[in-house]
Amino acid sequence: MPSTQLETGNPKLETDLRDLAQDIVRRAMNGGATAAECVVREGDEFSTLVRLGQVETLKESGSRSIGVRVFNGQRAASTYSSDFSRDSLDRMVKSALELSKITSEDPFGGIPDASQLGSLTGDLDLYHEDVYSLPGPERIDYARRAEKAALDFDPRLKNSEGGSFDAATGHKVLANSHGFVGEYRRSYCSISAVPIAQTEDGAMQRDYWFSVARTLSKLESPEQVGKVAAERTLRRLGARKAKTAQVPIIFDPMVATSILEHIFEGVNGDSVYRGASFLAGKLGHKIAGDNVTIIDDGTVPGGFGTSPFDGEGVPTRRTVVIEKGVLSSYLLNTYTAKKLGLKTTGNASRGLAGTPGIGPGNYFLQPGSRPPKQLISEIKEGLYVTEFLGHGANLVTGDYSRGASGLWISGGEFAYPVEEITVAGNLKEIFFNISEIANDLEFRGSVASPTLRIDGLTVGGE
Amino acid sequence: MNSSAQLSPLPTQRHLNLVGKSLDKQLLSDRQRFFFDHYGVTENDLEHYLAAALSAGGDYADLYFEYLSSTSLMVDESMVKSASQGISAGCGVRVVSGERTGYAYTDDLSASRILHAARTAALIASAPAKTRVAGFQQTAARSLYPVTLPSVDAEITAKVELVMRADKAARACDPRIQEVRASYSDELRNILVVASDGTFAEDSQPLARMNVSCIAKTENNSARGGSGGGGRVALDFFFGDKNPEYFAREAARQAILQLDAREAPAGEMEVVLGPGWPGVLLHEAVGHGLEADFNRKKTSAFAGLIGKRVASEKCTVIDNGTMPWRRGSLNVDDEGAPTQETVLIEKGILKAYLSDKLSARLMGIADTGNGRRESYEHIPMPRMTNTYMLAGQDNPEDIIRSVKRGIYAVNFGGGQVDITNGKFVFGASEAYMIEDGHITAPIKGATLIGNGPDVLTRVSMVGNDLKLDEGVGTCGKDGQAVPVGVGIPTIKIDRLTVGGTAKKDPGGFMQ
Repeated sequence: MPSTQLETGNPKLETDLRDLAQDIVRRAMNGGATAAECVVREGDEFSTLVRLGQVETLKESGSRSIGVRVFNGQRAASTYSSDFSRDSLDRMVKSALELSKITSEDPFGGIPDASQLGSLTGDLDLYHEDVYSLPGPERIDYARRAEKAALDFDPRLKNSEGGSFDAATGHKVLANSHGFVGEYRRSYCSISAVPIAQTEDGAMQRDYWFSVARTLSKLESPEQVGKVAAERTLRRLGARKAKTAQVPIIFDPMVATSILEHIFEGVNGDSVYRGASFLAGKLGHKIAGDNVTIIDDGTVPGGFGTSPFDGEGVPTRRTVVIEKGVLSSYLLNTYTAKKLGLKTTGNASRGLAGTPGIGPGNYFLQPGSRPPKQLISEIKEGLYVTEFLGHGANLVTGDYSRGASGLWISGGEFAYPVEEITVAGNLKEIFFNISEIANDLEFRGSVASPTLRIDGLTVGGE
Repeated sequence: MNSSAQLSPLPTQRHLNLVGKSLDKQLLSDRQRFFFDHYGVTENDLEHYLAAALSAGGDYADLYFEYLSSTSLMVDESMVKSASQGISAGCGVRVVSGERTGYAYTDDLSASRILHAARTAALIASAPAKTRVAGFQQTAARSLYPVTLPSVDAEITAKVELVMRADKAARACDPRIQEVRASYSDELRNILVVASDGTFAEDSQPLARMNVSCIAKTENNSARGGSGGGGRVALDFFFGDKNPEYFAREAARQAILQLDAREAPAGEMEVVLGPGWPGVLLHEAVGHGLEADFNRKKTSAFAGLIGKRVASEKCTVIDNGTMPWRRGSLNVDDEGAPTQETVLIEKGILKAYLSDKLSARLMGIADTGNGRRESYEHIPMPRMTNTYMLAGQDNPEDIIRSVKRGIYAVNFGGGQVDITNGKFVFGASEAYMIEDGHITAPIKGATLIGNGPDVLTRVSMVGNDLKLDEGVGTCGKDGQAVPVGVGIPTIKIDRLTVGGTAKKDPGGFMQ
């Protein structure tokens, strides 16, 4: 690997990534591939962390990488590189072709049919240069202000893991041997604060809050972020254990998204065709209550899960996953669709290497009509969960058991904070036991849920 | 259930240690040359880059060069569905000024890009340039993983054989095993670390692992099982005791067992942990809380507890980066410091934190060689290596016999901890009821939750059967993943909360 004079730092090359991707596809085809696909990614990141008023870290950099997937008949292989020198790229293509000799003939392998390829047109509002427009000192000031707002909120907030401001941009190009070539850029910026509260006896609690947006203009103020972080942290102070019991549980929107993620895993074509999901074979069946409608939509302008095409060059779309409790669609890429005799839903997600996986677009639960406060007010004794620890969901069996903390509800109001407890049940029943869905749907990422009430779960404690 | 007390995965390693000298020298000289030979880097260049990094007056600067090559293979439905190889290379530049850290990296190892990164990182400081001490001092390092042929360079056909054999073996175990996925992955990471304090260290770090997961199905029931292992080993490791059949049988056994698992109990009870991977308890309950960065900032529930009792006197907990062939081991850490064996808790008393250079300097403690990072794109921080509890005196059978009603947990998924309030979880994937001193029925997976600073004070029995895990652990912190190891003998915890369902009517809606 003699070093790499060709290129980086030469701004022109960066506009030529499209040509490069097409060139790699051509080289693979000339080398004997029957189909090929190339992805090029480049990105820049900036992050700063301010702790107790002082800058703690500043990080600023960019990188790029390229990957190729080739088919040799029905055999697939992939290679990738961070080195864009001609030698290295030649080696990457050659290795992929070599590697494809040792994989198996898979009758369902292949890139999407030409008729399925395409890209959404129009401005999807995914890229704003302004995320980098703040001068250095102002970026630091955003982080500082968020932390300060948190620490100034209450004297019990004395320590902190800091306030931060991050910005990033990404550029992705995809080309394949059916002539598809597409590219898009996305931008991102965020502010967060992580204060620590302490009681007189020294017990500490930490929580956080954040705002994230594709443009600076939509970011919440650092003061707002700091204030919410402070409130979320303070309400945990003095937490105790709860008694083991079966009680109604309210899921705060931040933890309610985890229920959606479990459903996502369950309808993910990869788990479905392997029978690794208890939702396999349940298309058209009732799997949740009438009040549950879940949608995946990769086309929403400005969305955190939006892109003009998926990881295989198929246009993204809107898919109703669960309609009034009935499972109406799995989420699929080309391979899993073929395995199941269905059509891709444009949910292919592709890293640099390996076969494409499946990822959500903007994936959410349709909100109900009542405010979360009303849901809480109806509970005599129950639990309001604000945080889960661990990953205790088994999609094969539906078994569900997680560490939790939150607030105990007594007489329709928050009584005291609780921690070191578990919440357990089975997802097969949990989906039916979503008894209330509030009206507070808000996207702070690509997966979003309103506040939920779920009955029938077991709280494990003393 | 295995109860052998074995600290090393390979019988051959003792042999290698004895004859190590000459072999090590040869390997050492190979690895020293990597960036010099392949990228034409010279000592002069390195000094030049460091000078640029300190051009705005930082106190300290380091460069981390990395060249990582990796391979992965996956068999599913008895077909090799995926094969991939790749390389990733780059250089990260860090500048420290007081408590401030500036960081920048490049994936292009040309002089101009490294200098650009160095000048970007330099901006953290704002003072006149400092001249650094000239000349580098090579870190005297061990040779903990002296592979002659790194597995990334081994024949791909041998790796294909491994995954195909695993698939076949799992299916052969039982007709109810109906879905099998077996994967193999390896990497070789060449690194060079140089710093303005004169540090100069190179290493060549192999890492390989196999995984088998399967699903058992009956007419009205399904369950999953998984197994895997590896380490900083060559390919021949998987052709010894820890072969594909070994991992496949274990994965199949767990899946079949789970078909008959009953509801787990809920609430506080006695918990016995089996030896080996259940050591994830130590990793979550105490390990993270003892990382020096959290203690410097006093954000850890363990802050200020050095010299205090944090465990029963039967507990001695070690972090050890120097164990041959182990997944969590390193000849030098990612700051170029030699790794070591650190006693964290001795007979129940908290002795030390795990530190990197920055924490060591700011806290006035020794650098324990625990500065690690995921890649050149990341800032190093204190991390665990292989974390385990020393064996005690108790016979494992006696430990089980002493329990009236509780659970015996022998396999776990992963865990998580909130450093600040000390609450941690770890998820049991294979566990049994203990009733009147006897192991009875297998129970469904359940999360266990406890409080780090006091869970070990409730350890009333420690077995004589210390075992380390098979080599599958990956630890995440601040978005950075690094390979680690854990180990523990059989232990009894007098009280821990088990997150079962303990339902009254286990009927369900979806029949």
